Amino acid sequence: MYDAGKIIPGLIIFLILITFPLWYSLGQSAPVLGYQVETPEIEQLEEKECVESVSYMRASHMRLLDDWRNEVVRNSRRTYINNAGKTYEISLEATCFGCHTNKADFCDTCHSSLNVEPDCWNCHSEPKESQL
Amino acid sequence: MTVNRRKFIGAGLLTLSGLALIPTVNVFAGIDKNKLSEGTVRWGIAMDMEALATKGPKVIEEAAAACHRVHNVPKIELQEEAVKWIWGEPYEKSFADQKHPYLNESFLNSLFPVLCNHCDNAPCVRVCPTGATFKREDGIVMMDYHRCIGCRYCMAACPFGARSFNFMDPRPYVKEPNPDYPLRQRGVVEKCNFCAERLAAGKQPACVEVNDALVFGDLNDEKSHIWKMLNSRYSIRRRPGLGTGPNIYYLV
Amino acid sequence: MLHKALSGDKTYWRWVTFLLVLIGLGMSSYLWQFRSGLTVTGLTRDVSWGLYIGQFTFLVGVAASAVMVVIPYYLHNQKEFGRVTVFGEFLAVAAVVMCMLFIIVDLGQPQRLLNILRYPTPNSVMFWDMMVLGGYLLLNILIGWNMLESERKDVPPPRWVKPLIYMSIPWAVSIHTVTGFLYAGLGGRHYWFTALTAARFLASAFAAGPALLIILCLIMNRVSSFEVDKQVLQKLVTVVTYAMVITVFFVLLEVFTGFYSQVPGHMLSLKHLFQIPYMWLSALLAVGALIILLNRNSRSNSNALIAACIAVFVSLWLEKGLGFIAGGFVLTSFERVATYMPTIPEMMISIGVWAIGFLILTILFKVAVTVKRESV
Repeated sequence: MYDAGKIIPGLIIFLILITFPLWYSLGQSAPVLGYQVETPEIEQLEEKECVESVSYMRASHMRLLDDWRNEVVRNSRRTYINNAGKTYEISLEATCFGCHTNKADFCDTCHSSLNVEPDCWNCHSEPKESQL
Repeated sequence: MTVNRRKFIGAGLLTLSGLALIPTVNVFAGIDKNKLSEGTVRWGIAMDMEALATKGPKVIEEAAAACHRVHNVPKIELQEEAVKWIWGEPYEKSFADQKHPYLNESFLNSLFPVLCNHCDNAPCVRVCPTGATFKREDGIVMMDYHRCIGCRYCMAACPFGARSFNFMDPRPYVKEPNPDYPLRQRGVVEKCNFCAERLAAGKQPACVEVNDALVFGDLNDEKSHIWKMLNSRYSIRRRPGLGTGPNIYYLV
Repeated sequence: MLHKALSGDKTYWRWVTFLLVLIGLGMSSYLWQFRSGLTVTGLTRDVSWGLYIGQFTFLVGVAASAVMVVIPYYLHNQKEFGRVTVFGEFLAVAAVVMCMLFIIVDLGQPQRLLNILRYPTPNSVMFWDMMVLGGYLLLNILIGWNMLESERKDVPPPRWVKPLIYMSIPWAVSIHTVTGFLYAGLGGRHYWFTALTAARFLASAFAAGPALLIILCLIMNRVSSFEVDKQVLQKLVTVVTYAMVITVFFVLLEVFTGFYSQVPGHMLSLKHLFQIPYMWLSALLAVGALIILLNRNSRSNSNALIAACIAVFVSLWLEKGLGFIAGGFVLTSFERVATYMPTIPEMMISIGVWAIGFLILTILFKVAVTVKRESV
């Protein structure tokens, strides 16, 4: 190889830089996100349950919302039957924000710490309570 | 076999170009559900122009205001960039191809409500390159604002001028947003949705609700009020010669 | 081979810097449009397409016209065309890139561009246009690059290039036909709704494209050691002349149909379109160019020839890059007359896209000229 003296150190530096996020956070625990689930609306519920299990919602709420919007807009189906067989109206405004009235403490906490910027709010109204 | 840099890059590019196959495969796999379908219901509106004339031009404004309020349609003063779902146009303009010198002035100037015709064979649906505009089973020409890329091909295709483009962020132009219905964002096309969200809740379209000269119903149902009206009185449609099959009827 | 574009004289670098400045200005204007929306353009709800889509349409033609230097060389075995074929192909590459950029700057939601591929809709002509343009770009890069490289190494080109070349000929015709269908299939737009649209596009493309190529060849003749064969030049002039005659003929056919039939839609569109002064400038330039081109004495004078080629190019740029789109929108669906004037940012963005195209063109031509000089 020509210029091995330059290429090999170059490659090593490149590898170190590109793996920066991996080794930088080595040994550190993931930051605890102080998001707030409880709202007055949820307090009043008899069964404190979301449309699907907490673990599913935490991991896949974006996919569920995506499916929901396609169901309503494209397939004109407005009811959702969850895994347990319960039915819900497919509506961001009525169903989701009916309980989750604390967008700032609930949605934004995770989204901003993970640097994701969902564009839902460009069009959909925020739940009333969080509009100060 | 030796692989040199050139061959490696070549093979890499060739492999990447295989991605171009995805859309082709999707087409043949039938993922494209954007076909025109003939359902059993076909919604339409019949407008009794005589009844409308006796009420005066104010009622068209009221119908438009009701529609624009529930759907968060921005009120943009600059007419060139205005967003409108329903509005009044004088007969002379809305039926420009059906006027003659002996029609009297007041008829030529009388306002006809115009809106999306929810055509049976809608050109906007045909030309949309993403399926953002599509035809529902019940005949409603629907828009998926999440998917629209803002190419405005539909605006070029629509022969009724029923489509509006969001040249700027509409939010500042919606004074009191209706929280139950979303707004649109900058850069997408929008138009009348025949109040699909109200129909789902068993309500009449907003423009019809506030104005009894407008009759909404199922054109496929011989027992419906709209069917009987169209069957018993003479009605016209805008630009019928283009073969788009508009579903807005004007009883004159 | 690309490194050959990295060494050049002062003029070359001045030209590249000039283009980069224009690109920078265009990009900053685009940033503005990206932030505030298409409200910064002169587009309206009645004239929803304008300068951008006009440039796109015109440049598809320039790209397709590469076929006019490919056909003589590969189908008619006219060896002298071998020296310009690669320039035609590289011109096509630059033109297609500009086409794509003009589509992107025209979109309201450019970040969703790939929705066209994610949700393929074969019923939309725009979907097909995207497919054929992408394919044409790939074909011309592959063909041009491989032919040039084999010339540099003085070996015959790889065997698989030949079928691609034959494929690129009908493909060139297809890109402009499909672009014509974009308009000709819209029943509500009188000026566009004619079976002549695609044919008119092809005719005007085969005039404007080779005219540009002649101008470029003569420029290269002056600024570099590249020499164009006189015979090739004369043959290209013949192509331009025929294509220009046919283009004017086609426009007159439209005028006849509109005004003899007296059917309002077609006639009124033409009438209102020709209220715009640049349409008359376009007509004037077309006539002037034809006078020079049809006369043997004047067309063999190289200064007159340059003037004629510039006139053809500008005339057709006005007719297709501006007038064609305006003609479709000039009568609204309420039969009102709609006017449109591009704004400064809109023009800056367009100039920026053209500059990107010319930068690509400059780099590719520079490589080709250097390779050809070294291989002689």
